[in-house]
Amino acid sequence: MTRRPVVVTGVGLVSSLGESLGEHVAALMGGEPPRIDAERFAPYPVHPAPPITWDPQIPKKSDQRQMEPWQRLGCYAAGLALDSAGLKDDVALKARMQLIVASGGGERDWAVDGQILTGLRDAADPGAYLNERLMGDLRPTLFLAQLSNLLAGNVSIVHGVTGASRTFMGEEACGTDALRIAEARVAAAQADIMMVGGSFNAERPDSLLVFEMGGYLWSHPYVPVLERPAQGGGFILGSAAAFLVIESEDHAATRGARTLARLHPVGSARTRREPGDVERSIERLWREAAPAPDATILSAATGVAGPTQEETVTLTRLGPGRPYHALGDLVGHTLEASAPVAAAVGAGLILAGHASDVVAPIVGHRRGEGLVRLSAMS
Amino acid sequence: MAADTDAQGRPLVAVTGLGLVTSLGCGQDETWAALTAGRSGVRAITRFPTEGLRTRIAGTVDFIDLDALSAPLLSERLAELAGREAVAQSGLGRPGDFPGALFMAVPPVEMEWDQRRELAQASAATGEVTYVDLLRAAATGAFRPWHDLFTFGTVADRIADRFGTLGSPISLSTACSSGATAIQLGVEAIRRRETDAALCIGTDGSVNPESLVRFSLLSALSTQNDPPEGASKPFSRNRDGFVMGEGAGALVLESAASARARGARILGYVLGCGEKGDGFHRTRSSPDGAPIIAAIRMALDDADLGPDDIDYVNAHGTGTPENDKMESLGLTSVLGERMKSVPISSNKSMVGHTLTAAGAVEAVASLKTIAEGRIPPTINYAVPDPAIPLDVVPGAARDAQIRFVLSNSFGFGGQNSCLVFGAEPKTAT
Repeated sequence: MTRRPVVVTGVGLVSSLGESLGEHVAALMGGEPPRIDAERFAPYPVHPAPPITWDPQIPKKSDQRQMEPWQRLGCYAAGLALDSAGLKDDVALKARMQLIVASGGGERDWAVDGQILTGLRDAADPGAYLNERLMGDLRPTLFLAQLSNLLAGNVSIVHGVTGASRTFMGEEACGTDALRIAEARVAAAQADIMMVGGSFNAERPDSLLVFEMGGYLWSHPYVPVLERPAQGGGFILGSAAAFLVIESEDHAATRGARTLARLHPVGSARTRREPGDVERSIERLWREAAPAPDATILSAATGVAGPTQEETVTLTRLGPGRPYHALGDLVGHTLEASAPVAAAVGAGLILAGHASDVVAPIVGHRRGEGLVRLSAMS
Repeated sequence: MAADTDAQGRPLVAVTGLGLVTSLGCGQDETWAALTAGRSGVRAITRFPTEGLRTRIAGTVDFIDLDALSAPLLSERLAELAGREAVAQSGLGRPGDFPGALFMAVPPVEMEWDQRRELAQASAATGEVTYVDLLRAAATGAFRPWHDLFTFGTVADRIADRFGTLGSPISLSTACSSGATAIQLGVEAIRRRETDAALCIGTDGSVNPESLVRFSLLSALSTQNDPPEGASKPFSRNRDGFVMGEGAGALVLESAASARARGARILGYVLGCGEKGDGFHRTRSSPDGAPIIAAIRMALDDADLGPDDIDYVNAHGTGTPENDKMESLGLTSVLGERMKSVPISSNKSMVGHTLTAAGAVEAVASLKTIAEGRIPPTINYAVPDPAIPLDVVPGAARDAQIRFVLSNSFGFGGQNSCLVFGAEPKTAT
């Protein structure tokens, strides 16, 4: 089946570094130190979200209030992407624009959780006590801020993007697969234009808790991602959101859109993560993507011992001498948002003329290997 | 014999395997027998204390033996049972070696209160418990398996591992339309010729105190606890909300060409999918029903059918005042006057709302309806709603020759997905 060329025409990116593509590219090229908050969740550092004035992208306070931070961040980045694509006011096009969002969810009310746990300790009838407190203390609207698909729902409400809407869950891999399926749908003419992205809020003790149970969190002062495996390994979570508007090259040309980069077919794989599996996956995905000899490598490596080393060794072997950046040193580990963030930064590098070809390997901390490739238009 | 491609030249998508688990039983035959007998699987919740709750009933699946009960473990087990039945029926691949992709609608998982309590206890905190205490307990490494248990991708990853599906498994959520979305994604992948086969599963085993309370606080649940089997009353004037249910539905989808080439028995076809987002409100539909109408029309167009071709509607039919009114409005707008005589029924009147699984569970029921020539009823229809003048097949199953079924799924967040199933594509009949 003939594949239509797919191009990126809009990017929205928010992280600890700010909310412009330029700031991210400058930080990457200038090797600036990351912005880290080491105090708030000590001993676990995080890359915090920047201060944001929400109103320009989420005008209604009632909408802002109805979202938890991960949704707000994502909704904001989606607005930036629409602006960047010149589509903010194109009501008709947004109404048929399809959406794939990579997302976690389940943000909790930590204070309520703590109070209930405290009370449960001495409750004569724990079951009845739990019911009473949940009925009395949970905010009814919190549920809607917890549902994974409600980031997409908020993008529909706030921005009027109301074509087909799908939410993929599942840590790093779901971001890769969101890009993969979005690209494939446009390439196969199942859609002309799509918005795809993800969002992650690192500043959540309930989220830190899940990863700390698995032993994946870095609990020392910042050390660059690729140096961490030798010191026990681990990731520093980062708050970030990225959305991309992608469309067929013809569709972009017809509407006179500015094209930022080409998006190539996205590769993803699942293995059992036996030793050597990451290496084999990355090698296969690399060969399928066939990056240019001067391609810049933009790795979303987590810093977790094992997969990070396998990835690094493999990439160094496959693409020796290429510019090599670890996204984690820039924005932290952004879980579901990793692949969209990588694609956004990659598009930024290409737009700024720092690269003509970018490959972004996305190796999940527990599962899933992927490779996203973008290249310059010419 | 039907062609291998549809009117638009895309690969026709055949269904060659079905699997079903609900509160009515394990396997498509048990559930189908109960559904057509008009039996309810809704009962008083015994899994946890229900004191102080407004709703104390659900269509729980209580016949599964698990060492420890949690939503992800039960969801995984339900998916495995349904998946195994579907794959066995299809005869595709070998055990542990399914030659196609996996698309799974899974409930968004979260750590539950049992685990939070255990962490709090392990932290030995004596004052106010905070997440600092829980994190301290987590750092001991004693709770490692819970990382996997409570990450979003694990259920699908384990199913992918067990069934040996190809590529990266998709875990998806579109709230209460998730099961339909899983099928859509499978259809789209086959139409792109990316894969010849897909295993599409919707699963949900998340009846626990907090899930129940969340829906309860949104006033979404029926509070008519007694008798439990009478609570789910879709399309009735006295309907007062849905009843949570558990279950899983699984479908093996294959390109018609590859199904025929291996001599597989084709159970029916997924002929069309339609989907339209709604930006009106987080939980309510646009008052004019435009997105629902658009989704139904798109599904019919995609199936190359007209409104007059639909013989039966498998309703979303949750039994909430809002849903049933809007669904009726949407259907009547597209099918016109004829909608008054097109049979429509809600499986949820018997199995409750299986949430993430519902679209897949109801897809299986839709295909059984075609295959068996029998329409399961809407039970508990004692007080008709004059505002919804539809033939809801009240009380008892009805025999009918059904060629084309429309199955609706709607969800919070403005999700509207409609699927059309057929015995054969229209061009071949």
